[in-house]
Amino acid sequence: MVDNNRYIKRKFGARIWLSGGWLFFLILVTLFAPLISPHDPLAQDLFASRLPPFWMDGAESGYYLGSDSLGRDVLTRILYGARIALIVALIASTATCLIGTILGIISGYFGGWIDLIVSRLVDIWMAFPPVLFAILLIAVLGTGLTSIIIAIVVIDWTRFCRVIRAETMSQGAMDYVSSAKAAGRPKFGIMIVEILPNVLPTIVVLLTLEMGIAVIVEAILSFVNLSISTDFPTWGGMISEGRTSVHQAWWVIVFPLITLFFTVLSFSQLGEGLKDRFDPVLR
Amino acid sequence: MNSFLQIRNLSVSLSNGQRVLRSINMELKKGEVRGLVGESGAGKSMIGKAILGILPRALKIDAGEIIFQGKNLLNLKSNEFRKIIGANAALIPQDPLTALNPSHRIGPQITNRLVDILGWKKSDAIIKTYDLLDEVQIADPERVVNSFPHELSGGMRQRILIASAFAATPKLIIADEPTTALDVTVQKQILKLIKEMQIRHGTTLLFVTHDLGVVSKICQSLSVLYSGKVIEDTSVSSFFNMPQHEYSKALLVATPKYTDPKSDLIPVSEEVLTSVNGEIARADKEWVNGR
Repeated sequence: MVDNNRYIKRKFGARIWLSGGWLFFLILVTLFAPLISPHDPLAQDLFASRLPPFWMDGAESGYYLGSDSLGRDVLTRILYGARIALIVALIASTATCLIGTILGIISGYFGGWIDLIVSRLVDIWMAFPPVLFAILLIAVLGTGLTSIIIAIVVIDWTRFCRVIRAETMSQGAMDYVSSAKAAGRPKFGIMIVEILPNVLPTIVVLLTLEMGIAVIVEAILSFVNLSISTDFPTWGGMISEGRTSVHQAWWVIVFPLITLFFTVLSFSQLGEGLKDRFDPVLR
Repeated sequence: MNSFLQIRNLSVSLSNGQRVLRSINMELKKGEVRGLVGESGAGKSMIGKAILGILPRALKIDAGEIIFQGKNLLNLKSNEFRKIIGANAALIPQDPLTALNPSHRIGPQITNRLVDILGWKKSDAIIKTYDLLDEVQIADPERVVNSFPHELSGGMRQRILIASAFAATPKLIIADEPTTALDVTVQKQILKLIKEMQIRHGTTLLFVTHDLGVVSKICQSLSVLYSGKVIEDTSVSSFFNMPQHEYSKALLVATPKYTDPKSDLIPVSEEVLTSVNGEIARADKEWVNGR
């Protein structure tokens, strides 16, 4: 009577391999950036400005992905920029996830006035245009890594809160919750033991999605020069600088864009892949 | 013989004032199996939920008493309530699909209740779990204990829910349409199992169903509900032989005859419904005036 699905070994999806592989690779090169990159990310060399990438005519050895108009190595700057991107992605999304999940699960499960307050707060919060909100926040807090992280958390906790609240409510209406309640398990216990494991797949997807979003928000903020100080390399900053010389030196804008694209895509795909692994019914 | 569970004047309503249960009176003797029948929406599940303290949030209890273990449950603080109900009563829910937590394996779902809530030793709880699975005739307990709910069939899951309901040998079990979600062949086995377990443990059983056939097989007495009001309260034999209330009579006539598949279904007639509704309206008026 046990059905056969459990004996079919599920493949560990190409999705997880590709996206996880890219992110793992990114983390490695970020950690070892000083060893890999031949240059100082800030060192300017006007004699080596706008050098093309290695396969084109006029390329100089050592500048694998070319250099920008101030003669700074593009590859080196991408690697150092990845540090900021990854730090922001990890810390901001984890903090967002914690705040949003805790508020969402409590308001979804307990309902009543707690839910009323949290939901109205989320409604009001979501009425602000997020990017303007972030820019305003940075303007108040001042630039810097901490400000960016705070800005992302402040903008995006509502996304978690909404989704987790809805998911908790639908789980809370299930019979297993009533059974646990009838059996005398206290409310808080039900929330942690019965409901949380069933909301976990959703949390994982949102968390990885949020990492991608954090990378984008950080890029947007550096694009408008509101990230950390302008001399430290960030992907958004590079894109913004490359924009001015896109006709003379396309590589300055294209390589950071590609890296950004793959990173954000990998985060979202990793989330989808992990969801399948975490969900007991799909597993 | 003093009563085991007594419900007096239980009234429950929605927050907009609409009445869901209308002054329910009911008395269960120890070891009795009572059927609770009615159309869908008659409030039969709500009585069970009120006893177990799991009424949906939108409903509130306006008046009444539920006397169980010598105490009026509705006067108790919520932690005392949970203690009494958790140790002495259990639920066999309707839908075996949603009644087991999809994230936990079967074994822990049964043992955790014993360990966390009733303070058993873990080793005892595990032994008890195997005994229970054996008792509900699960052939392969080793494997089932390590399975997730979705890996088992509906009938298996319902057996597990029965095992889990009987785990702490409760004195009262509320079975909320336990066979509705199952197909007919499995229904029969599950009913037989519930009846066997009930007899073996001497459990008092409140059996919520809309199937009079089921009631005739396993209950000794029954309460007929219509629109949240007890219409008739009698023993099974007198109900089937000489129902008192006209609604009960109509209900019996409406029961499909499997012996003659070509016969038309007979609905409860308009006149009967009008008269029952009138009865309820009068009762409501009295109730409002009484407050």
